Amino acid sequence: MGIREGLLVLLADGPKHGYRLKGEFEEATGQAWPLNIGQVYTTLGRLERDGLVELDTTDSEGRKVYRLTKAGRAEVRDWLTRPVDHRLDARDELSMKLLLTLFAGVADPLAVVDTQRAATMTALQDLHRLKQETDPDDLPWLLHLDRLILRAEAELRWLDLVEDRLPERRRRPAAVHEPAETEEVTG
Amino acid sequence: MTEVILRMRRVGRTYGEGSRRVDALVDVDLDVAPGELVAVTGRSGSGKSTLLNLAGTLDRPTTGTIEVDGRHLGDLGPRRLAELRRRTIGIVFQELNLIPSLTAAENVALPLELDGTDLRVARQAAEAALDEVGLGAMVDRYPDELSGGEQQRVAIARGLVGTRTLLLADEPTGALDELTGEAILRLLRSRCDAGAAGLLVTHDPGWAAWADRVVLLRSGRIESVTERSATPPTPAELRA
Repeated sequence: MGIREGLLVLLADGPKHGYRLKGEFEEATGQAWPLNIGQVYTTLGRLERDGLVELDTTDSEGRKVYRLTKAGRAEVRDWLTRPVDHRLDARDELSMKLLLTLFAGVADPLAVVDTQRAATMTALQDLHRLKQETDPDDLPWLLHLDRLILRAEAELRWLDLVEDRLPERRRRPAAVHEPAETEEVTG
Repeated sequence: MTEVILRMRRVGRTYGEGSRRVDALVDVDLDVAPGELVAVTGRSGSGKSTLLNLAGTLDRPTTGTIEVDGRHLGDLGPRRLAELRRRTIGIVFQELNLIPSLTAAENVALPLELDGTDLRVARQAAEAALDEVGLGAMVDRYPDELSGGEQQRVAIARGLVGTRTLLLADEPTGALDELTGEAILRLLRSRCDAGAAGLLVTHDPGWAAWADRVVLLRSGRIESVTERSATPPTPAELRA
């Protein structure tokens, strides 16, 4: 996603000028994604070129007010109803680091797990502290923190799973030579 | 006040003998100071609950020493240990152990009454503790008139009632939903921020992260200890 989709959704609410769009974008996202006004007007320019917005009017202070076109409204509907595609996560750096370590055998994968676990746990502890200090009425920021927290938790759980599966991997080659152990594993 | 409430030195706990010998805990050093919440985490069988039982004086170490509030547990007889458990140590178990024939307030007041506290004073302390866990309006309800989450909060109030300085919690969020679990962690956290020393045992990294320090056990040994950043990120930095 880019600022593009954000501005289109905000314009679906009615015609607005760039400064108002910038303010609303930041408010809606709990200030998680600060914009500069140049980005906003550059994006509006591109949306106008693509036929998704058009000039509505120029206000008394000379600011250009934009509105959605029919194509723009269709684009908003399409974006909001389409599920987010997470497939790119397969290229996630941590997964790659672990899988490559396992494949190439150049380092102890458990050491990679331990290093990452400690770093992610520290990050999670920091996030929890921030959450405790957050005004309970600051819903956008709270939801954003929840998302970051759950993402870190998911990573820690995955690291636990990796650790649990690793010894199993190591046992398997040995089992080929010692049938007795195979029995134990399957039994 | 001593500088640490809980001090464990080279603590080990072995069960069984010979080929059945299990080293549940090996060479554990751990300090918990007032104002601190420490989480102990690890896989099943890593020694988490053994550690909590030792800290709670419910079990004795095979090797090493444990001090609670400046007293060596090895020097104390059963009566003194029971006294320490009633006065200094608050324990919240995974199993609630609420007494069905007693109301919420009576359940919470029980440890104080056993300790000889005046009935009226105990009752007041119990009501205050229940109020703190958001059950101020339900003090006269019996356990079976409360939801699972409410019963859990009664058990927590009982663990926190009075002026305990060492709070021990074993998977206190149990099977509670996310928001109820969060309310309970908030409570534990605020007690620690107010000066108690807390030890939280949980297999869940999400709850462990509420602590100031997270101790990871693996096969009975401390594998790693993580702390919050000395300079935690500001909201502005996270937003960038």
